[in-house]
Amino acid sequence: MANNNDQSTKLTAKDFKSDQEVRWCPGCGDHAIMNAIQRALPQMNIPREKFAFISGIGCSSRFPYYMNTYGFHGIHGRASAIASGTKSANPDLSVWQITGDGDSMAIGGNHLIHTVRRNVDLNIVIFNNEIYGLTKGQYSPTSKYGAVTKTSPYGTIENPFHPGELVIGAQGKFFARSVDLNMKLNQEIFLEAQKHKGTSVVEILQNCVIYNDKAHAVIADKKHREDRQLVLRHGEPMIFGKNRDKGIVLEGLRLKVVEIGKDGYTEDDILVHDAKTKDPGIHLMLANMQYPEFPVAVGIIRSVEADTYEHKLEEQIDQVREQSEYQSVDDLLQSGNTWEVK
Amino acid sequence: MSKKTDVIEREEVVVRFAGDSGDGMQLTGTLFSDTSAFIGNDLSTFPDYPSEIRAPQGTIGGVSGFQVHFGHKQVNTPGDYADVLVAMNPAALKANLKLIKSGGTIIVDQDSFTEKNFRKAGYQTDDPIKEDQLEGYNIIKAPISTLTKETLKDEGLDPKSILRSKNMFALGMVYWLFDRPLKYTEQFFERKFKKKPKVIDANKKVLEAGYNYAETVELLTPTYRVSPAPIEKGIYRNIDGNKATAWGFIAASEKSGLQLFCGSYPITPASEILQELSTRRDFGVKTFQAEDEIAGICTAIGASFAGSLGVTTTSGPGLALKSEALGLAVMAELPLVVVDVQRGGPSTGLPTKPEQSDLLQALYGRNGESPVVVIAASTPSNCFYYAFTAAKIALEHMVPVVLMTDGFLANGSEPWRIPKMADYPDIHPPFVPQGEKDWMPYARDPEKLSRTWAVPGQPGYEHRIGGLEKDELKGSVSHDPQNHGRMVYLREEKVNRVVQDVPDLKVEGEPSGEILLVGWGGTYGHLRTALDELQKEGHSVGLAHFNYIRPLPANTHQVLNQFNRIVVCELNRGQFIDYLAMQHPHHTYLKYNKVQGQPFTTVEITEHVKKLLEA
Repeated sequence: MANNNDQSTKLTAKDFKSDQEVRWCPGCGDHAIMNAIQRALPQMNIPREKFAFISGIGCSSRFPYYMNTYGFHGIHGRASAIASGTKSANPDLSVWQITGDGDSMAIGGNHLIHTVRRNVDLNIVIFNNEIYGLTKGQYSPTSKYGAVTKTSPYGTIENPFHPGELVIGAQGKFFARSVDLNMKLNQEIFLEAQKHKGTSVVEILQNCVIYNDKAHAVIADKKHREDRQLVLRHGEPMIFGKNRDKGIVLEGLRLKVVEIGKDGYTEDDILVHDAKTKDPGIHLMLANMQYPEFPVAVGIIRSVEADTYEHKLEEQIDQVREQSEYQSVDDLLQSGNTWEVK
Repeated sequence: MSKKTDVIEREEVVVRFAGDSGDGMQLTGTLFSDTSAFIGNDLSTFPDYPSEIRAPQGTIGGVSGFQVHFGHKQVNTPGDYADVLVAMNPAALKANLKLIKSGGTIIVDQDSFTEKNFRKAGYQTDDPIKEDQLEGYNIIKAPISTLTKETLKDEGLDPKSILRSKNMFALGMVYWLFDRPLKYTEQFFERKFKKKPKVIDANKKVLEAGYNYAETVELLTPTYRVSPAPIEKGIYRNIDGNKATAWGFIAASEKSGLQLFCGSYPITPASEILQELSTRRDFGVKTFQAEDEIAGICTAIGASFAGSLGVTTTSGPGLALKSEALGLAVMAELPLVVVDVQRGGPSTGLPTKPEQSDLLQALYGRNGESPVVVIAASTPSNCFYYAFTAAKIALEHMVPVVLMTDGFLANGSEPWRIPKMADYPDIHPPFVPQGEKDWMPYARDPEKLSRTWAVPGQPGYEHRIGGLEKDELKGSVSHDPQNHGRMVYLREEKVNRVVQDVPDLKVEGEPSGEILLVGWGGTYGHLRTALDELQKEGHSVGLAHFNYIRPLPANTHQVLNQFNRIVVCELNRGQFIDYLAMQHPHHTYLKYNKVQGQPFTTVEITEHVKKLLEA
């Protein structure tokens, strides 16, 4: 049921909660991600009715039902296409696609890469738990090589996709990564994703307590996270570690982890993150860093400005309209070769 | 200009142009048709081309044909058999033998009659006329290539471009044969090659040379005259089914005030709808060439969710791919039009050939109880009306509509009396008015059972829709068994109630009697012509042609009741007859089917009916 929304009062996270009971498993990472989004939305200064949350199928895709915004729970894998249609039809909306690793990278892989290539201004949040949860525990396209699941009892023999690599390979302009429980960073990222014009893909390393518990624990665990995650911020050096004594340098054509003050490395040698550079080279290397050789990069890895699909579409319409000889359908029907029968 | 001695008045004539698929036969046929229309003939055309763009030159597989039927009387079909065949090479002759009237005129390019080309075409000897027993035909062997080269030798064009214009030489000959003016075609050159005066000049010269050659050698006597047809007054244009479909949607966009969004993926023979719509940015049309058929329909659904008129276009295999998403539109109760330009199936089948074998797929090809409205256009030009109507029904009833056309309608063209948009109704989508209290997304109009439509951006109506079963009123997810039963019923009953918008089925010919011919969709022209001929011979026959398939017109039973036998003619194995018999079981149905990737011929139908009447 619709409540009449008074725009004169500032919205809060509560205004974005729907009356539906949230049915994710207790302890599921989805709860935290939703909290972060519901907290981030009021900070965007966008009227509530202009948000549309669109999803496919899977645990994460139930998300729109829990949001008191316009929402569309679509079909498996197709959310990117549905959302592309919505955004292209009405560029004035803030369109969010909520998806999982199976939904976006298996059945919906084709739609994802083409949406990214077109640069439709969507905010795509991929809940990556490296497993099929809603179908109860089969491996997904992001499951680690060798993962033992219900459909890979002897271990997978497939190489996983890395969402960042896929997005950048598809000419993605915005890619960020975070961990489900990192509320502060997640809000920060969602705000930036909304601001960014073009497809923003945010990968959230999300924990499935039932079928793939602790899949990301090795880097997400409180004890180790500062040593095993590199929080990237544009313009800041890539320093990490509990004691902020480790950093990333570029040696030859490769990244390398060094200790500051050791082997002659000083802070000045540490790479400064440039999320806005068009060249995807370093961004790709950062997105692909894997523990234990590297810390896993979180934060906004890439954020490059480029014109959006729906803007170019409207621009073209304006241009063609200006030069058109037609005012109405009647004019169109009468155009070209016609003759009169008297 | 000419000293024609032997001119024969004809009621109607069929000309078929055939050559390699690179020979420009489609253009040649189109230009001839346009001229015939301008001088007042009624006409119908049908291109018949292979699915290969450039099959090996000179082979049967690479032959592309274009048939035009024009007359002093009403013309409803492209004609069964050609009075005149233009064959640009031996393969074109061989491929079209069966389509020429006995004793008809055959114009061949003598220069192409070489040993190499005979072998490529599969002739055993070097004399196809004898081999095919064409002695009784009026064969005109013209050195078309040589004379084209001769005509253009001083134009400074490269040999390839010169040979490419040989189709215009043949066209010139045919113009002389039917006493048609060259000026409309010359005007076409001027428009088409505005920036290439050399090309305009060359084409004009070759066209004239062909005309003069025919006159000079007088090989073409007798010549024929087909006087203008007595057709309804008005402004006319030629239009093919795909363009008419595209324009029908633009008209619906104007009459509803909604932006038109077409999400689609190229597929033969539907691509031209997307192409035409993509040129119509001046009408604010948003086209989205998606990465696949599924994304095509899903973007259209997304746009519809946003409040646009969402349309997707496809052909058989594409409809199969879209079926899951079409079910989503059924569940979400969003307006959507899916155009299925049918072609030969199953699988990839016969991509360029017409068939009506997707009907059951359109009606039933989805999981679950998933009813949609199904309507079918029946002539190239009424694709405009039915596209408009499909959009109107979708928008006013909040329901997906499948519009069926086929390759025959899509590529066939005919003169069309241009309608005035003032004569078309406005379209009123059931948008929720601002300030509505206690609005619920799935509360329904008591008459139509359509839900009201709130679109993102409208404050106060934030709601969620989706593919899970919904609560009858609130639209939130519901697994309640009783609710599911009611929702299944409501979605079906909503489709049934579209019948209120469906005009009564008309019977042409006898209003009652022995045999009722029944057809649907693209076979109308052939059935109508067959009906005329049967009536002329005094047979008691009527024709009921269906444009509304689901729901069927309300008076269907009464119409069927007036006849002893009902002969359902379809280009499939009997899909409509099964559906009709299921809806209206108490009648005697007979089937008449053809599944060859070709339209009916009028003769096939008349012969079949006569046999039934004799038995």
